[in-house]
Amino acid sequence: MAGLSSGCGSGRGGSSLGRCSHAVVRALPESLAQHALRIEKGKEVDFARAEREHQLYVGVLKNKLGLQVLELPADESLPDCVFVEDVAVVCEETALITRPGAPSRRKEVDAMKRALESLNLNIVEMTDENATLDGGDVLFTGREFFVGLSKRTNQRGAEILADTFKDYAVSTVPVYDSLHLKSFCSMAGPNLIAIGSTEAAQKALKTMQQMSDHRYDKLTVPDDAAANCIYLNIPGKGHVLLHRAPEEYPESAKVFEKLKDHMLIPIANTEMEKVDGALTCCSVLINKTSEL
Amino acid sequence: MTTEVGPETEVKKESEQLGADAAKEKHEEATESQENQKSEKTLSEEAQSSPSSPALDTQSSPSSQKKEKDPSEGKGISRFIPPWLKKQKSYTLVEPKDEAKKKPVEERQAVEERESQLPEDMAQPKGNLEEATIESQQEAKADDKEEEKHSVSSADTQPAKEDKEVEVEKVADEQEEKEKVEEKRETKEVQTAEIKIEKAPQKAPKKIKTVPCKVMLLDGTEYSCDLEKRAKGQVLFDKVCEQLNLLEKDYFGLLIRDNSDQKNWLDSSKEIKRQIRSLPWLFTFNVKFYPPDPSQLTEDITRYFLCLQLRQDIASGRLPCSFVTHALLGSYTLQAELGDYDSEEHSNHYISEFQFAPNQTKEMEDKVVELHKTHRGLTPAQADSHFLENAKRLSMYGVDLHHAKDSEGVDIMLGVCANGLLIYKDRLRINRFAWPKILKISYKRSNFYIKVRPAELEQFESTIGFKLPNHRAAKRLWKVCVEHHTFYRLVSPEQPPKAKFLTLGSKFRYSGRTQAQTRQASNLIDRPAPYFERTSSKRVSRSLDGAPVGITDQSLLRDFSATTVGPAGEMVFDGEAVGQTKLKNGEGRDKDGSPTKIPQLELTQDEKNSSLRVNGENIYVRHSNLMLEDLDKTQDDLLKHQASISELKRNFMESTPEPRPNEWEKRRITPLSLQTQGSSDETLNVVEEKKQAEVGIEETVVIDEINRGKMQAVTDAEETCKVEHASKKDSSSLSSDSSSNSSSSDSEDEVVGEYQPHHRAAEDIIKEEQEENEDAKRKEECATKVIQSMETVQEGSMVTVEHMQVTAKALAQENAVAIKAAEKNVMEERKQDLRAEDEEEQLRINGDVSHVDIDVVPQIICCSEPPVVKTEMVTISDATQRTEISTKEVPIVQTETKTITYESPQFDGSAGGDAGVLLSAQTITSESVSTTTTTHITKTVKGGVSETRIEKRIVITGDADIDHDQALAQAIKEAKEQHPDMSVTRVVVHKETELAEEGEE
Repeated sequence: MAGLSSGCGSGRGGSSLGRCSHAVVRALPESLAQHALRIEKGKEVDFARAEREHQLYVGVLKNKLGLQVLELPADESLPDCVFVEDVAVVCEETALITRPGAPSRRKEVDAMKRALESLNLNIVEMTDENATLDGGDVLFTGREFFVGLSKRTNQRGAEILADTFKDYAVSTVPVYDSLHLKSFCSMAGPNLIAIGSTEAAQKALKTMQQMSDHRYDKLTVPDDAAANCIYLNIPGKGHVLLHRAPEEYPESAKVFEKLKDHMLIPIANTEMEKVDGALTCCSVLINKTSEL
Repeated sequence: MTTEVGPETEVKKESEQLGADAAKEKHEEATESQENQKSEKTLSEEAQSSPSSPALDTQSSPSSQKKEKDPSEGKGISRFIPPWLKKQKSYTLVEPKDEAKKKPVEERQAVEERESQLPEDMAQPKGNLEEATIESQQEAKADDKEEEKHSVSSADTQPAKEDKEVEVEKVADEQEEKEKVEEKRETKEVQTAEIKIEKAPQKAPKKIKTVPCKVMLLDGTEYSCDLEKRAKGQVLFDKVCEQLNLLEKDYFGLLIRDNSDQKNWLDSSKEIKRQIRSLPWLFTFNVKFYPPDPSQLTEDITRYFLCLQLRQDIASGRLPCSFVTHALLGSYTLQAELGDYDSEEHSNHYISEFQFAPNQTKEMEDKVVELHKTHRGLTPAQADSHFLENAKRLSMYGVDLHHAKDSEGVDIMLGVCANGLLIYKDRLRINRFAWPKILKISYKRSNFYIKVRPAELEQFESTIGFKLPNHRAAKRLWKVCVEHHTFYRLVSPEQPPKAKFLTLGSKFRYSGRTQAQTRQASNLIDRPAPYFERTSSKRVSRSLDGAPVGITDQSLLRDFSATTVGPAGEMVFDGEAVGQTKLKNGEGRDKDGSPTKIPQLELTQDEKNSSLRVNGENIYVRHSNLMLEDLDKTQDDLLKHQASISELKRNFMESTPEPRPNEWEKRRITPLSLQTQGSSDETLNVVEEKKQAEVGIEETVVIDEINRGKMQAVTDAEETCKVEHASKKDSSSLSSDSSSNSSSSDSEDEVVGEYQPHHRAAEDIIKEEQEENEDAKRKEECATKVIQSMETVQEGSMVTVEHMQVTAKALAQENAVAIKAAEKNVMEERKQDLRAEDEEEQLRINGDVSHVDIDVVPQIICCSEPPVVKTEMVTISDATQRTEISTKEVPIVQTETKTITYESPQFDGSAGGDAGVLLSAQTITSESVSTTTTTHITKTVKGGVSETRIEKRIVITGDADIDHDQALAQAIKEAKEQHPDMSVTRVVVHKETELAEEGEE
C-alpha cells in the first residue's frame, strides 16, 4: 500500500513505468477461433497454434521474468476473454474495472474483478451504463494517460478513468481506423512511445504530443501491429521489451533491435492477431510494491 | 482599524497651522530631523508620546490624530512613512504647537487648535516645507546621511510642491510610497510609532481616510491593518509579506474576497479602492504562481506557505488527487506539523483534526497514520519538501481553471498553467496550447481568443474562440493568461526585465517579477533561515476553500477594467503613428554605434513586429502576438481621455505640447500594414474601423546625481522647460537620432525621448514570435536585452530615474561598456536557458526571439508570420474538431505618452559642459517587485574634477490606476538613499497610459 507508487517523492513518473510484480492472464477458449470479435474477416485462427503462442507468452512472464502470474480459466461463453487488458486498467494500487465497448464482452470483467480483489487492489468499477472503455484504448506513459476514443471507448468511459486516476492528466485521442489506440502504439520504455507508420498512427502521435506537457521520444516502426509491445522494468533485468517476432514483422524487429539497453524478447502472436489481438492485450500487469 | 477621517475643514485648519508654524518649524525640523534620523523608532515614539507630533496633522486629516492616539493602530500606515518624512512635516507643522502644548496637552486639543488656525492657506505650508527641505539639504551636505535623507525628501517633494493642491496630493502620494519603503526596513515595533507620522504627511488638503483591511492568511489566521484609502495593492501585499516574513513573494498574491468563486487578484499596481469598490476590504493571501519545481525555492518558509496553499487546494477539491495520494500527502502534513509519530501522544483521533481530502474517510485516516509512521526522522522542512515533490506531479497542480464554452456551446474548462493553456471537457484534456504555440491572446466582450501558430503543413494560423460567461470572466482569463505567460515563459533568465514587458498588456500588465527574475532575486537572499511557527493544518477548514475555481458568478465579478488614469499623460498616440515614429527612430539609431542603439533596435523591432502601440502598448502588440486586449474606444475617445489626464504635466511641466502633425493620420495607417505578423489584413481594417485603442501611461523619472554633492532639488516650472530641452538633447545624444525628439514632437505632449522601455518590450515579443531565428546575432541581442531589461514598464506608469548629465560622448562610451558586460551575462544566462528548454518542445521561442537584431528585423517579421494572413477563421476546437467562426475583432491599443522632466538649474550648465574623460562605466540592473531599475554609473574627469554620474532608469508598471506621484517619489527617494552623497539633478517622468476600456463594464 505504498503511496504514490514508491512512497516518497520521486516514486512517480516515468521512472516507475514498467515496474511489475504480478500479471493476470486468461486462457483462451476454443470459441475464440470461431466467435471472437474481429474487425474484418480473414484467415482462420489455428487454435492449437494460438494456444502455443499464448503459453509461450505466459511462460516468458512467469519464468523468464519472474512475475507472479494469475492465470484465469477460460470461459467458452466469452470468446474474447483471453484479452484481459480490455477489462481492467491498473495503475499503481488502483484498478479500474472497465465496461467493455462490446456488449458480448461485458461479463469478462467478473473474473478479473475477483482476481484483482485477491491482490488487494483498490477496485473501481465502471457502472455507468453510458460509459464504455476498453483497456486497449488506454495508454499510460508513466506520466499521464491517453485514452483513445474509438468504437469501443467513449467520452464517458474516459471521464470515469480520469476520475479514477485523479493524479494524472487524461487526454483523449481520436482513433478512427484501428480497433484500439494501442493497436498502433505502446510504451517501449520510459518516455519512449513506439508508434506505427501509418498516417492514422502518426496523426494520433501528433495529437498526443500536443496534448502533453512532457516530451516523449518516439520509436517509429514500419508496422502498426508491431508498435504494440510490452515494456517492463524488472529488478535485476533492467529494461525488458517483448516485441513481435522477426518472422512476423522483420522490418519492425530490426528497429527494436536497435534498442541496445533493452533485453529484447521476440514473441510471435500470429494467431491472436487474426482476431485483433496484440501483445499487450493478453495480460494485465500489476506492480505490488509491498503488502502494508 | 483606524479611525475615520475628519471633515475637510479640520484638514484645512491643520494646514493653516502648518503655514504659521512653518518658519519656526523649519529650523526645528533640521535639528529634529537629524535626531529623528538617528533613531526612527525614537522619533516615532516621541511623536506618539507628544501630541505635538502634529506635524503629521499639517497634512494629515483628523484621522491621523486618532491613529496617533491608539499606538496599536498605528502599525499599518505608520510603517510606510519614512522617518525623515515624518520629521519634516510633523515638525514643521506641529512643533510650535507641541512646544506650547507639549505632552500634557491632549491630542484633541491639538486638533482643535489646528482647526482654529485653518484660515491660513495651504500654500504657505508648502513653501515652508520647500524651504525647510532646502535648508535641510544644505545642512545635510555638512552632516551625515540623515541630512541626505532630508535633501532627498526635499528633492522629491519640491517638484510636486511647486504647484498647488494637486501637487500637494502628489507629495502625499510620494510620501506614501516612501513610507512603504520604510515599512519594509523598519521593524513592526517601530511601525506603531510611525503610524502617526505617516498619516500626517499624507494628508494633504484632501481628506485622507484609512480603511480597515483584513487579509486571510494561508494558515487560517487573519491579518488586520489599516490602509490609507488610496493605497495601492502593493502596499498591502508588502505589508502582508512582511508580516509573514516572506521574501520569495513573487509567487503569491492577494485575492479579493467576494461572494463569488472567482479568483479576482488584487492588482498591486493599482489603488485598492478602485479594484474593490463597495466591498469591504477583505482579502485572501494565496499562491498565485505555483512553482513548477518547489525544490528550487530558496527558503523553507516559502515552501511552507506553498504547502499550506496546497493543503487548502487539496482539501477543497480544487486539486484533485487519488486516495493514495491524499493519504501520502496527509502523512507528510502530519510529519511536518506534529513530527515523528508517537503512539502515546498521537491517539487515534489526533488525525481527525486534520483535513486531508474533501471526503475524508476513516480508511483514509488510517492510511495516513500508517504512512506517518514511516516518515520518522523527517524534519518539518523535509516533510514539506516530500509533500511538494508529490503534489507538483499532480496533473492539476498550478492549473487555474475557467469555465467557458466552445464554439458549439459545449461546456469546457480552460486551464491556465505554467506551460500554456489547457482545454478540458469534464475532466478530460481535449486540447492543449503551449505558450510557444500561441501567437496572440485577446478577448472581446465575453469572447476569448487565441491565435495559434500554424501547425506543420498548415499555411495559416488559426484563431480559436471561446465563450466566457461574461465580459469580466473573459478579461479575467485574459489577464491570468498574460500574467502566467509572463511569469513562466517570458521570464527567461536572459532577459528578466523584458519578460516583464511581455507580460504587459495594453491595459493590464503583469507588474511583478517573472519566475526567472524571482529566482535570481532569491539567490541573493542572505539571511539565516527564518524561524516560523507552523500552524496545524486543521486550521485550514473546509469553509476556507471555495468551490472549485470553475464556478462563475457573473454578478459578483469585479471589473478590473482599468480606469484610465492619466494624470500626466496627455498625449495619445495612435498605435500606428507610433509605429511609424519608431521606425524612423530605429533607422537613425541604427546608424549610431553607441549604446543608444539599443533603443533604436527596439524601435526597429517594434516595427518589424508591426506592433501598433507606442511604448507600453507596443509591448503589448508584440505580445500581441501573444496577447492582445481589445478596446472599443475610438480615437476620439482617446483624445478626450487625454485631455482629462496629465496632472503631472500641468503641475510640473509647463512645456507646451507641440501641435500634432497632420501626418498623424497617415502614419497611423502605415504602421498597421507593418503589423502583418499579428493580424491579418482584415484585422487591420477592422482595427481602423473600430479605432479601438488602449492608452498606456509611462512615467520616466530621470534623476541626475552629481558627486559634488550640491543639492539642487528645487525645480521651477521655468526650469522645467529648460530641462525639457536638455532632456531632449540628452535623448538625441543617446539615440544619436532626433527620432526620439521627432516622435515626441509628433505627439501632442512633449515626449522627452525616452522610448526605450517600450522598445524593449518589443524585443521580447519578437523573441517569442520568432522561434526559428535562433542563431541570429545573439550577442547583440543580448546586449540589447540587458539594456532594455533595465526598464520595466508597468502598465499604469513608468518611472525612470536617469542621470543623464554625462555628455553624449560619455554616455555613448558608457553604453558600449555596459552593453559588453551585459552581453556576457546574457550569454551565460542563455546557456542555461537553452538547457532548460531542451525539455520543452518549443521552448526555444523565448530564447530564440532574442535573435532579433536591428538588421534582422525585417527577416524576423517574415519568419514569424507568413505574409498571407487569413483572418476570419475562428476555430473553436478540441484537438479533434474544429469549428470555424468569423472573427472581426482585433483589439488595438492606443497609448498616451507624456514626458516630464525635472532638472536642477545646475544641471543644465553641467550638461552643457565638456564631455570630460570617461574613466569607467558600469551598468547595474536591479529589480523589486514592481519596478526594474537600471543604473548606469559613469565616472568621468572634467577639468580635473572627477565626476560620477549615475543614471537610473526605473520603470514601474502598473494598471491604469498607478499613482505616478508615489512612484516618482519612491524612485527618487531610493535613488537618494542609494547614493546619499550625490544630488539629483534631473528627473524625467515619462508616462504612458493606456486608455481604459469603456466597453468593459
